[in-house]
Amino acid sequence: MTAPSTNTAKPATGIPALFKTAFINALVALVLFSLMVGIRTEAGSDGQLTYWTRFGELASLVGIVFGGSIVMELLRQWIGPTGTEKLVPPAIRSGMSFVGRYLAPALLIFTLLVPVIFYNQRYILDLAILVLTYVMLGWGLNVVVGLAGLLDLGYVAFYAVGAYSYALLATNFGWSFWVCLPLAGILAAFWGVLLGFPVLRLRGDYLAIVTLAFGEIIRLVIINWQSLTGGPNGVSGIPRPTFFGIPLDNSDDGLAAKLGIEYSSTHRIIFLFYLILALALLTNWVTIRLRRLPIGRAWEALREDEVACRALGINTTTTKLTAFATGAMFGGFAGAFFATRQGFISPESFTFQESALVLAIVVLGGMGSQLGVALAALAMIGGFELFRGLEGYRMLVFGMAMVLIMIWRPRGLIGHRAPTVYLTKAQAISSDLVKEGHG
Amino acid sequence: MDYFAQQLINGLVLGSIYGLIAIGYTMVYGIVGMINFAHGDVFMIGGFIALITFLILVSLGLTAIPVILLVVLLVSMAITALYGWTIERIAYRPLRHSFRLAPMLSAIGMSFVLTNYSQVAQGARVKPIPPFITGGYTLHESTDGFVIQLSNIQIMVVLTTIVLLAIFTWLVSRTRLGRDMRACEQDQTMAALLGVNVDRTISMTFVIGAALAAVAGLMYLLYYGLVDFFMGFVAGIKAFTAAVLGGIGSLPGAMLGGLAIGLIETFWSAYFSVEYKDVAAFSILIVVLIFMPTGLLGRPEVEKV
Repeated sequence: MTAPSTNTAKPATGIPALFKTAFINALVALVLFSLMVGIRTEAGSDGQLTYWTRFGELASLVGIVFGGSIVMELLRQWIGPTGTEKLVPPAIRSGMSFVGRYLAPALLIFTLLVPVIFYNQRYILDLAILVLTYVMLGWGLNVVVGLAGLLDLGYVAFYAVGAYSYALLATNFGWSFWVCLPLAGILAAFWGVLLGFPVLRLRGDYLAIVTLAFGEIIRLVIINWQSLTGGPNGVSGIPRPTFFGIPLDNSDDGLAAKLGIEYSSTHRIIFLFYLILALALLTNWVTIRLRRLPIGRAWEALREDEVACRALGINTTTTKLTAFATGAMFGGFAGAFFATRQGFISPESFTFQESALVLAIVVLGGMGSQLGVALAALAMIGGFELFRGLEGYRMLVFGMAMVLIMIWRPRGLIGHRAPTVYLTKAQAISSDLVKEGHG
Repeated sequence: MDYFAQQLINGLVLGSIYGLIAIGYTMVYGIVGMINFAHGDVFMIGGFIALITFLILVSLGLTAIPVILLVVLLVSMAITALYGWTIERIAYRPLRHSFRLAPMLSAIGMSFVLTNYSQVAQGARVKPIPPFITGGYTLHESTDGFVIQLSNIQIMVVLTTIVLLAIFTWLVSRTRLGRDMRACEQDQTMAALLGVNVDRTISMTFVIGAALAAVAGLMYLLYYGLVDFFMGFVAGIKAFTAAVLGGIGSLPGAMLGGLAIGLIETFWSAYFSVEYKDVAAFSILIVVLIFMPTGLLGRPEVEKV
């Protein structure tokens, strides 16, 4: 990882050069880690700072860098220069396309069967609901980032708007989940338009920072507006969802009693599972349909070249605004679902890390690819579960993964940005039609 | 009036710190055209290295304050500069010709790496140091007992900033490196054709930016008496706001923007509400970008096909 890429000079080969590079890398690592890792500081009980040395860890880290850069260099020489097209045997290629064609339906059928297979495993069901929530958020953000090419770093703001809309409407006015769900989406879309209208004229990375600032503003307002939102304590006692008015509990009016089956707390989990699955599939379906409409085509064109878009007479502001509002609306839906699933929400759940996680899912999945996003959400949330309890390390690995993906597969693991429309056959145009001055 | 004057002093000191960080953003944006999202965390690393060096020196028995300060300053500048160099080498250089959003995403990843690296390496708790530079001057005492204080540390922060800015301005306007930097800013291909080592110049930009951020980290440590692993995020966004407010790509603009943000934040906390001071700073970012995208001293950007 630390092996500096030699852009200008030809990569030196041979054992001495290899060791020289590794030695330099290890030296850099030694200086970098010397104070940050070699010395550990901690505030004592009286507020006085103490420190102790950790030379063992320092030495092993430097050793890892030394060994790692030798391995990296050998791998690089073994794989050969990057950027060359590899020839894939036709058999493997047709196999891949076969897998690609049937992977999505197979996954969908498996997902539908998850509650049946894992009926008694509460942990897996909870995890599956979490994964599906992120799949939905990823698909929602995919409209903004993957299709329209607008880098949105504050997506979590719309998630928060949705969650708080449902939580406050339900706890203050007692409105049902099914009334609040569309309202949460509409409110989030409204905020999307409100933010989007002035800022969407900005260039890519300016837009990213502004959306980031917007996300932080929403979070800070939620923390500080204590009379409305409960501040850092959050909102608790959010009503559970009902099966279109029939509660899923152990009472006489409950769904179990009406159906005449024995009550089990798993029913609610399974109901939540199918609810988020339906919401996620709705997001997917709307996105796929929108991609075939002129507005979807305009989004993709915008992603590829904004100037050309403007030249073709596409109103870039409205086009961006619809993408922003659509993405925000799905974020709002997901937020309302999150609130009803948790029963408790607080500003802690809506930090920048959450935005970055959803963004990483979209990027990892290959911006624009629906299947890729779903698989990336599965990999990401599953990976996070492996690092459960190691809060610091898991974000460390997450950050490294983001950098490495950008370097090795900037189009995502399942890169797929094929335009939805293209000319099927090459057309020859007579030269007198394209001559300058004749249009 | 006295209250106002005191806030003015506090705001200028805070603004100096923001300005030092903002220079790193504006330089990198000017040359590479990317927002170095990890720069706020470089500032945090600088603060940590200053703290650790300081601890070691004190425990070694050094008592001469100027010597300690000088050593801490140099060590933290040197190591943080190496951090800046390494970050550019690992996370940004391979992406220089990648698609538009790639460097930004890589920078976000790098920012997570740095934040959590220092959390893992140094623990999540806030690290306080005892007041190191004490004393100060009473400028004015009004009849109702309100005192305008100017502490030594405030004087030191502002003086250091001025001296560093002078050195930095000289570096950019008078040296070979500065000329190379300005050439790369205008046209990298042409600069390369004329014999400028573009890779090295970009590396040096990151090194200088990181060194200035390290100074800001040290100042923050001395002024507030604490560092923690999360301080880079908010400080980074505010410094970026400062760079945008001053006109991104413009060096005097970054300093001017830093001072403006420092003053606005201080006055907002003093006269309106402390809770919403970050909201005020972020709102300014949005408002400036909407109504004045080129900032105070920036040049308008023309998009060519």
